[in-house]
Amino acid sequence: MIQKILIANRGEIADRIIRTCKKMSIATVAVYSEADKQASYVSMADESFLIGPPKVNESYLNVDKILEVAKEAYVDAIHPGYGFLSENVQFAETCSAEGIIFIGPDSKVINQMGSKIAARNLMRQAGVRVVPGTDGAVSTTQDALEAAKKFGYPIMLKASAGGGGIGMQVVQSDEELVKAFESNSNRALNFFGDGSMFMEKKIENARHIEIQILADEHGNAVHLFERECSIQRRNQKVIEEAPSIYISDELRKLMGDAAVKAVETIGYTNAGTIEFLVDEQENFYFLEMNTRIQVEHPVTEEITGVDIVEQQIIIANGNEMTVKQGDLSIDGHAIEVRIYAEDPVTFFPSPGHISVLELPEGPHIRNETAVKADYQVTPFYDPMIGKLIVKEKDRNKTIASLKEALLNYKIEGIKTNIPMLIEIIEHEQFLKGNTTTSFVENYYLIQK
Amino acid sequence: MQEIKASMAGSVWKIVIKQGDSIEEDQDIVILESMKMEIPIVAESAGTVKELKVAEGDFVNEGDVIAIIE
Repeated sequence: MIQKILIANRGEIADRIIRTCKKMSIATVAVYSEADKQASYVSMADESFLIGPPKVNESYLNVDKILEVAKEAYVDAIHPGYGFLSENVQFAETCSAEGIIFIGPDSKVINQMGSKIAARNLMRQAGVRVVPGTDGAVSTTQDALEAAKKFGYPIMLKASAGGGGIGMQVVQSDEELVKAFESNSNRALNFFGDGSMFMEKKIENARHIEIQILADEHGNAVHLFERECSIQRRNQKVIEEAPSIYISDELRKLMGDAAVKAVETIGYTNAGTIEFLVDEQENFYFLEMNTRIQVEHPVTEEITGVDIVEQQIIIANGNEMTVKQGDLSIDGHAIEVRIYAEDPVTFFPSPGHISVLELPEGPHIRNETAVKADYQVTPFYDPMIGKLIVKEKDRNKTIASLKEALLNYKIEGIKTNIPMLIEIIEHEQFLKGNTTTSFVENYYLIQK
Repeated sequence: MQEIKASMAGSVWKIVIKQGDSIEEDQDIVILESMKMEIPIVAESAGTVKELKVAEGDFVNEGDVIAIIE
């Protein structure tokens, strides 16, 4: 029985996990770097340990140090949150070897889903359509040109070992491909130590729609409907909503069933998300699977009433989850906006000192943040400093309440993307639900 | 004379030129790193690098002068 959990993460997600642990009467252990002494999760946890200097490889990615704390504090389990060690195969393996429960799927599945190519092949076996693309890494320009002939332009070039949009580019012609292949391959080599590339047909006017799943060791698997996350900048999500107004009941069932089938095929357990691209003809294609809790999980929690972190802990404990597909239904409409410490036009990071912070409050508002007034936002971590989630009966009401909440979100001392968020949710195309992954380029940046 | 300024607060991840180098317009001078993002800082016009004001690992604020180009 899990009685004590170490949270191997920081910021808002650490707060979020601790809240559920408290509800379940599970003791919590926080770890923090020198840069996060002030963060709220550090004082919220029953115990907290300083694990090192601000740099991530000396703190939040320091496996030895985190495991040392886990043993010293006698925890039963580690919750990795998202990012950092959450999809680190070796970390998950080491946890089990040390007799500590890793709250997530088996390390073998993390490994399979972490490889773009292995993941695509497994999804095909599960009968899920994947975006047309190369089945292996492409290492020479000549091979790239041949692949391009097969799929046709536009093509999305991706670094095989990539992440965070690095090494990614859309190309429209042979000429562009030759140029982009070399520069992105070099860039990938510099960043990841691996210059091999992967090519996919670019799906035009696509929407990013993902399915939240839960599965336990007893053969139960359910989906918790979709989240629409098409509004992105720098290939990172900015606004997420559930449900998607683009998805019909029929398509929702098809996508949900496909996700559950995929999960059963790969033997997945715990919470996970299958990301799809949906084209204008309502075809959906597997993009990738995230084998962890997602940043945007609150919108799903708001419309289903399920505490996803609680289910993660129940499943990690080896119990049957308490959610049944037949009991799940969609109630209302929820939207989450990510508050980033960054310039709203260039998207350049804006670390600094938060002098004033007043969060909007109300019955339909949920705030997830670990920052406060008189707080130093350091340059060491992701620029996301908070999430604002609003849920109302329908999408129009949600957008209206969200706008009011954003206007009342008072933060001074650093730049944030709040002006961008307000502009987007006021935009007629957003109001109409015409949200594709090119929304920011097509409707927001064009006016700048 | 042209002052190359930091477009964001962050640390100097890599310096890609040397003092005395002649450089072209839009050429990368340094790469800044902040909040998991790497941003190249480029020369607005061609010239010679007269002075480098930062070293790798230094922390700069938005608007700080990084280099002087002549």
